[in-house]
Amino acid sequence: MWKSFKDCFIKDNPVFGLFLGMCSTLAISTSLNNAIGMGLSVTFVLILSNVIISAMRKIIPDEIRIPVYIVVIATLVSILQMLLHAYMPEVYTSLGAFLSLIVVNCIILGRAEAFASKNPIGPSAIDGLGMGLGYTFALLLISATRELLSTWGLAFYNPFNAEHILFKFTLPFDSFKITLFSSPVGAFLTFAVFAAIFTKIRNEAAKKEEGK
Amino acid sequence: MKLISMIFMAILTNNIVLTKFLGICPFMGVSKSSKSAVGMGLAVTFVIFAASVITYAIQYLVLVPFHIEYMQLISFILIIASFVQLVEMIVKKYSPALYKSLGVYLPLITTNCAVLYVAQDNIAKGYTFLETCVNSLAVPLGFMLVLFLFSCIRERLDYADTLPSWKGNPVGLVVAALMALAFSGLAGII
Repeated sequence: MWKSFKDCFIKDNPVFGLFLGMCSTLAISTSLNNAIGMGLSVTFVLILSNVIISAMRKIIPDEIRIPVYIVVIATLVSILQMLLHAYMPEVYTSLGAFLSLIVVNCIILGRAEAFASKNPIGPSAIDGLGMGLGYTFALLLISATRELLSTWGLAFYNPFNAEHILFKFTLPFDSFKITLFSSPVGAFLTFAVFAAIFTKIRNEAAKKEEGK
Repeated sequence: MKLISMIFMAILTNNIVLTKFLGICPFMGVSKSSKSAVGMGLAVTFVIFAASVITYAIQYLVLVPFHIEYMQLISFILIIASFVQLVEMIVKKYSPALYKSLGVYLPLITTNCAVLYVAQDNIAKGYTFLETCVNSLAVPLGFMLVLFLFSCIRERLDYADTLPSWKGNPVGLVVAALMALAFSGLAGII
């Protein structure tokens, strides 16, 4: 179980390995705060949806399972939206439309269909946690790179209170910053480079396995 | 005039794939041949248009009068899911070849973020019924245009000599980046 949890980060990373949930990854990865807010929101929904669907897996008729999954996920996302709106208004506004688009994030429906509908509650919860953290990890990598290159510095503020800055630094020689990386072009390029690196790591690992 | 500029904005300058990153999954998934790209584009156009019209009606005839706007997300996604089911049945009956080439991506139109986004965006921007119709036709046309161009490039890309770790999706994303750059050059025309 530990091994499959670890695989979620590199080998089966939902974003770079399975290419799921790319829309939100590309769109939201402009700053560290957005990345963490989005990553944790998805993790929250993913764990709960996996648990609920795995608990109901025996009573859901096979023909209408997709609509049932979607209603469960949409309900969870609505709850999340209300919670964020009430307690973290800054996160709510900066994520904007992408918060409700968590419903159609392929990772969540994909895990419900591929894992939670076949496995008991415990492993499903762990799978949700692993996949969610793998997604957060991917978002963090991309957003840190993009923020660093486009603003030549990193900043992170308290999600409950935007005035409270947890850490912030800028590199010297800020004339080197490349603002292109905050635009869609930079998002695609950064994603491509990371996808290639992850493919490389996976290929090497597969080669090693064959060698054994 | 406003409608015309809306059409151009949706297709060229505010292209849904290259500036808002919506619908990336089918963009990477079904772009291996230009034929299935057009089929996918048409299916998505139909779903977005029909779903937007129905969700518009639901929003202003049911949700607003009964003050249950918080049910928007759940009701919209249910409408979209059932619509996709309908399209799937139609395509399966009349064009089995297309059904086969679209494969798993056909039921996945449900989870094409563009559909839900357009439906919600029409409401959020307070469009009238006519504007909703025009917008929900123009946006998927922009999607189809980019999908078609991208699939033509990808057909050539298959024969190119790329590094093994860049093969497939990574180099596809680089092409997408270049396309986004080209489209951002159109930003000044309106």
